Amino acid sequence: MLILECPYCGVKAEETELSPGGEAHLKRFGPGSTDEEFEAYMFARKNPKGVHFERWRHAYGCGKWFLAARCTATLEVFGTYPAQVSAPPQALQDKIKAKRPDWKGFQ
Amino acid sequence: MSTRLSKGGRLLDRSKALDFVFNGKRLKGYQGDTLASALLGNDQMLLGRSFKYHRPRGLVASGAEEPNALVHLGQGGRFEPNQRTTTTELYAGAELSSQNHWPSLEFDVGAVNNAFARFLVGGFYYKTFIHPRFAWKHVFEPVIRQSAGLGKAPKEADADHYEQAYDFCDVLIAGGGIAGLQAALVAGQAGKRVILLEQTPYWGGRAPVDGDVIDGRPAADWIAATVADLAKMPNVTLKTRCMAAGVYDHGYILAEERVADHTPGDGRPKKRLWRIRATRIVAATGALERPLSFAGNDIPGVMLASAVRDYVVNWAVSPGDRTVVVTNNDDAYRTAIALKEAGLAVPVILDARASANGPLPTKARAMGIRVEAGKAIAKVKGGKRVTGVAICLQAGEGAVLEEIACDAVAMSGGWSPVVHLWSHCGGKLLWDEAQAMFRPDATKPPTSHDGQALVYAVGAANGHLQATAILPDAAQGAAAAAGVTPSGVAAQAAPSDEAPLEPVWTMPQGAPIQLRSKMWLDYQNDVKVSDVQLAAREGYESVEHTKRYTTLGMATDQGKLSNINGLAVLAQSLNTDIPNVGTTTFRPPYTPVTLGALAGESRGEIFQPLRKTPINDWHLKHNAYMEPVGLWRRAYCYPKGGETHSQAVDREILAVRSGVGLLDASTLGKLIVKGPDAGRFLDMLYTNVMSNLGIGKCRYGLMCTEAGFLTDDGVVIRLDEDTWLCHTTTGGAERIHAHMEDWLQCEWWDWQVYTANVTEQYAQIAVAGPKARKVLEKLGGMDVSAETMPFMTFKEGTLAGLPVRVHRISFSGELSYEIAVPAGHGLALWEALMEAGQEHGIVAYGTEAMHVMRAEKGFIMMGDETDGTVIPQDLNLGWAISKKKADYLGKRGQERTYLASPDRWKLAGFETLDGSVIPDGAYILAPGVNANGQGNVQGRVTSTYYSPTLKKGIAMGLIKGGLSRMGDVVEFSAITGQPIKAKVVDPVFYDKEGEKQNG
Repeated sequence: MLILECPYCGVKAEETELSPGGEAHLKRFGPGSTDEEFEAYMFARKNPKGVHFERWRHAYGCGKWFLAARCTATLEVFGTYPAQVSAPPQALQDKIKAKRPDWKGFQ
Repeated sequence: MSTRLSKGGRLLDRSKALDFVFNGKRLKGYQGDTLASALLGNDQMLLGRSFKYHRPRGLVASGAEEPNALVHLGQGGRFEPNQRTTTTELYAGAELSSQNHWPSLEFDVGAVNNAFARFLVGGFYYKTFIHPRFAWKHVFEPVIRQSAGLGKAPKEADADHYEQAYDFCDVLIAGGGIAGLQAALVAGQAGKRVILLEQTPYWGGRAPVDGDVIDGRPAADWIAATVADLAKMPNVTLKTRCMAAGVYDHGYILAEERVADHTPGDGRPKKRLWRIRATRIVAATGALERPLSFAGNDIPGVMLASAVRDYVVNWAVSPGDRTVVVTNNDDAYRTAIALKEAGLAVPVILDARASANGPLPTKARAMGIRVEAGKAIAKVKGGKRVTGVAICLQAGEGAVLEEIACDAVAMSGGWSPVVHLWSHCGGKLLWDEAQAMFRPDATKPPTSHDGQALVYAVGAANGHLQATAILPDAAQGAAAAAGVTPSGVAAQAAPSDEAPLEPVWTMPQGAPIQLRSKMWLDYQNDVKVSDVQLAAREGYESVEHTKRYTTLGMATDQGKLSNINGLAVLAQSLNTDIPNVGTTTFRPPYTPVTLGALAGESRGEIFQPLRKTPINDWHLKHNAYMEPVGLWRRAYCYPKGGETHSQAVDREILAVRSGVGLLDASTLGKLIVKGPDAGRFLDMLYTNVMSNLGIGKCRYGLMCTEAGFLTDDGVVIRLDEDTWLCHTTTGGAERIHAHMEDWLQCEWWDWQVYTANVTEQYAQIAVAGPKARKVLEKLGGMDVSAETMPFMTFKEGTLAGLPVRVHRISFSGELSYEIAVPAGHGLALWEALMEAGQEHGIVAYGTEAMHVMRAEKGFIMMGDETDGTVIPQDLNLGWAISKKKADYLGKRGQERTYLASPDRWKLAGFETLDGSVIPDGAYILAPGVNANGQGNVQGRVTSTYYSPTLKKGIAMGLIKGGLSRMGDVVEFSAITGQPIKAKVVDPVFYDKEGEKQNG
């Protein structure tokens, strides 16, 4: 059972207080997009063994959505941050790169 | 004969004799006994039957690894099957019975399987029952089901109660042996919050039995002093009878405390499930001894050497007068010495190693025990009890050199560290060639949130089997777990030199098939050396596949005894090394956790939280039959007199259609959406336009997922310039609110919109029927006339002196007002309406009447007409989809070719030709068969009811072609009997023009 710190209310929340929302930083493709773009947006997920960016909602707490960077293999949590960004904060990316030199980067 | 010795018994209180019953026999034990030691003390070696061959089974072990000695314990509401006698404490009046036999333990019919063992080899399930195909369903499966399962299921509800508790610590230490105690001392002295868990009722583990000397005193004295020191530390919590069952992500531990197992009925919870969050975990879980694989090693009387020692030293029970010890290591000599010291005979120690000259063998020889090096057991003699052993050379093929009479055999094949807690969260193991064991690889620990090691294995669990090494290892591991540098000196144990063991995987090493097919690996599931070898020959190279094919390690001991021996045999058969074969996955729990403990207090009335409307008590007082809708309880119908439910539903419908009725609609979701961008937001959320809804107006809307499928519907009203209130389905309120917040917070975070779920702030009552207006007018306070309040409008005002918001919306097809009132006034308004409606014969109607009436009117219901694969266009709801909007959630999804196909099943109505009701879930048949030989289908029923209004069966369903099929006669499948013929019709059966609801 993971513990993730909610970046809004500061609570170190246990997994039972959170609801998961899948991969973070998806770019929405709506009307006018090609079948390939829509398919990739709707269904294709990275599912990496390693560094992963995820959406979580502090559902039984402050109710806010936030994002978490974590290693799916070791369960290490690199950081959590508010959801209102289209890419992880640079400082967090640098931190991950330092800990995982072979990480290919956010994209 | 096994018997109670007149002296000794470290754990016994001989002043407290306890009576108990086994298979109807009255027996006597003592306070401090386990069920196993008490049974053995009464010469009850035969305790059960194995799973497949029904072979006689006796005690093998003295702890959690025991595979055989499982019993039924207790009576009635306290009856439990599969109680492990070695870990269950004896209590006065305990009632035990053996399991897995018929008709009796001593004479068992199923043992006939034993005679056919040749045909019941590994994987026989998969081979034997394949042909003929029909036989599986009609012959094999019923017979197998009859004989499958270990123990009987309880028949009565559990009379006990269970509870759950939470705790938190810096360092959790699992295991209260000398390693765990030393670790707790170090972590406790470092000022850390420490929890120390021990699964048995006493501290110290094996050390006192093994005769260790610590800091110059007997281990028992050091243990007592250390426990006393720990008890004085306020930052240390000590718990016995508490088994750490599993380690989960980020230091979450489940532990089961046996609170009142040994004092049943004393009012305390039977068990307590601890949910502990620890920063670091120290696994001081010890090691388990391995059996040796020789022919007849499953005959009752063959036991682990350590277990024999435990029974003699701890409980003063002699497993036999003459015990042959067979070993590949020095440790088992301790058993021979302990037996001798207890005055029992040890005819011979058979040591598979070529020589045995260490201090322990030397001591044994000095005590006059015959030691035979390089020798092995060719075969154990006996049926329900050992009568002797045949001796051979370990290096040979089993030619018998000598036979020795004995009534017990103590075997030791070496030790395996208990690495379960290390492995649960991904800790890796390495193969220690010298000790022939898998032990934790300290360079690959399970990690926690910070990327640092989560679990530290210490002592025997870390592969250190001697007290001299265990204590410093525990101190070091605990210091690392506590994040401190080790201070002070760890306790020091007196050295006891032991010569290295020599791995022995089959005995003798060249045993022919006749012997190998009598060498048991898994005692409970009857998996033998020959079965694993057969699996290897048949191509099962992965240990995980071999496990499932042979059922090795799948018994209730979960391979604690059998796995290492099994995978060593597999490695040999595959001509590879043991580390190449690897282990199967270790999964929690370590030993079984009672389901009652996992459920805790969540049973009966408090199984789950219930949501009740403000009018709930009125429903109960008026004989409502309540149904669960999510966590809500809603009135399904209100039977009167001797009415059946369906009679009540019919009466309620006719009363509404001809007069007036009240529905408690409080559970309907109510979400406020407010802000300068609220209209724009709702236009994205709903398929139709909501931004242009006039203030004071109502509009029905559909919500889809981004993939295009219908997810919710309801009426939206506009309260003021920048405030809307969205009604959702009863089950959808929380989900849709979360859906709104998701899009607002994560996609359109710059839009200025607030949402609030006010579902429980309001009671909502539907007043439906031709007399509805008259009832409201009688209450008085506001103008509800057709002119001032036409259909699909709402008004705020006062009714019966209560502040209300009245909506002219209708889910029944009748003239209908839905009145929202602050929740605290809900009951008052309901009762006022009831009273005002008396003269019109007002009734309360339930959810079933609501369902039937909406179906008569052709209104869809989320979850009936939709199932997550249906788009609005399928339900002829194109009118509720805006063509003008550039975008809404689901628009792009609905453009996908499959969803835009004209071949999709679409909504239509159905009427059976004979007026009967189509069964729920029926499919519409189509000619021909599909690739699997199943009949083709062209649609299915989604809502089907008897309509009391029309006095016939009506239905809605999805059919290929939809309304273009009007007038066709189709066939619906029936579970029994002939298909049901029905005509495709308009789904609106009642008041097609809408004159009633609009009136």
